[in-house]
Amino acid sequence: MNTSVNIAGVTFKNPILTASGTFGSGQEYAQFVDLNKLGGVVTKGVANVPWEGNPTPRVAEVYGGMLNAIGLQNPGIDVFVERDIPFLAKYDTRVIVNVCGRSEADYVEVVERLADQPVDLLEINISCPNVKEGGIVFGQDPKAAAAITKAVKAVAKQPVVMKLSPNVTDIAYMAQAVEAAGADAVSLINTLTGMKIDVNKRKFVLANKTGGMSGPAIHPIAVRMVYQVAQAVQIPIIGMGGVMNAEDAIELMLAGATAVSVGTANFANPKVTEEIVDGIREYMAAQEVEDICDLIGAVQ
Amino acid sequence: MTDKVLEDAIIIRQEEIATDVYSMWLRTEQIADLAQPGQFVALYCEDGSRLLPRPISICEIDRTDHAIRLVYRVAGKGTAEFSGYHTGAQLRVVGPLGNGYPKKSKKALLLGGGIGVPPILQLAKELDCEKQIVLGYRDERFLEEDFRAQGNVYIATEDGSYGTQGNVLDAIRENGLDAEIIYACGPMPMLRAVKTYAAEHGMECWISLEERMACGIGACLGCVCKSTKKDAHTHVNNKRICTEGPVFRAEEVDI
Repeated sequence: MNTSVNIAGVTFKNPILTASGTFGSGQEYAQFVDLNKLGGVVTKGVANVPWEGNPTPRVAEVYGGMLNAIGLQNPGIDVFVERDIPFLAKYDTRVIVNVCGRSEADYVEVVERLADQPVDLLEINISCPNVKEGGIVFGQDPKAAAAITKAVKAVAKQPVVMKLSPNVTDIAYMAQAVEAAGADAVSLINTLTGMKIDVNKRKFVLANKTGGMSGPAIHPIAVRMVYQVAQAVQIPIIGMGGVMNAEDAIELMLAGATAVSVGTANFANPKVTEEIVDGIREYMAAQEVEDICDLIGAVQ
Repeated sequence: MTDKVLEDAIIIRQEEIATDVYSMWLRTEQIADLAQPGQFVALYCEDGSRLLPRPISICEIDRTDHAIRLVYRVAGKGTAEFSGYHTGAQLRVVGPLGNGYPKKSKKALLLGGGIGVPPILQLAKELDCEKQIVLGYRDERFLEEDFRAQGNVYIATEDGSYGTQGNVLDAIRENGLDAEIIYACGPMPMLRAVKTYAAEHGMECWISLEERMACGIGACLGCVCKSTKKDAHTHVNNKRICTEGPVFRAEEVDI
């Protein structure tokens, strides 16, 4: 049985990755999960300098999901290179570093710093809904998204994955824009912008007022968007959005994803990533699938 | 990082000890043996529409029987679900989480306010020194007898129905209590006042904070508080309540 997949020349032992921001750099979850069993770890977004993030409350539960407005709190690339990359390098798993910035120059600086690091892929976050500058501003404008893609590609030593926002009219158009600008792959979907109000206090639950919605309630939207993007571009897709189990992951693959990131489900079950890897093998055995690549985009 | 485990714990017994306040004893495989006073656990709901674990402080630890006691207030749908479980039911739980109170041999004041009363019970049991316990309630009292077995107990009620009318600081003043160290848990206005009181009186002060959490284990950065010095994780001024806390030296945090 083959469970390995290939994205831009990088082979993953299986298609299960962690979604950026939900798994730190793996240290906290390594107590619950054998990271060696995962296809890869996608780290929390890192910028050129430390970011404090947003005020609290930063998280709220909603029916079938949650809202977050962390605001990309991160230690900056210096600490990340010193502490987080060496930790991940000890494991037999792929390392995908999520990069965030407030300007084109920020992204370029981080990508340049990662050039000589043991990193397999770069995921460029142009879709965080919780920061005013950078993030979503680039992810909702195809010209800006293409410009960031070109700038990053010009200096990147690793293949570049552009992470797309679902908070757009036509995500396929955004995917085509970054493909044309040289992106090696796309990942989708980031969170959907939401809001929750405490009716007793008549106040916003999140200090940021809005937050990114994730969790199983958004999964059908992710399936639809992955399918639409798969019809529109030739580059591989990393699918994500509300994946809670192996069945959800396979759904995204059938819609066109080559790999699948698991995010919010980690909060509901810290062992879930490993369980999904096992569940995919069980599905393949039951369905007599010899090569997992036969599932990619195989919906009829 | 403290050792923490994911377990299926079994409810030994559960009862409502005050209006909407429940006491639940859980038998665990390892959590009770690892736990320290002031730490918490994360309880998962069975209902799949509620994804996030509920952080609940450990009230008592029975290491002989490998059990922990959680005393919690029903504050929403998750805690309402827990309150409906009976003896023998299984609950998924991760713990013990965070850092507990340091146990020092100094004349101590233990302060609990509202649903911040339960987390200091195990500390009261384990502190082997002169200690005075001050409990503050809105009106209805709970766990009072459990505390009376551990030392001198002073009570404040907001409505004046019992003990000192007012809060825990009013009870401290009325009874002329003094100590070298304060351990406190309660609502933020109480903790702010306690921090100020301790600073004015030159007392060492440890407080337990709470915040909305997602992962509970330090990965998501959802539950930070402002810290006076740069934190170990991000090197800004944000400490993770779930990991560097929930118990902090009062001077460490900007509340």
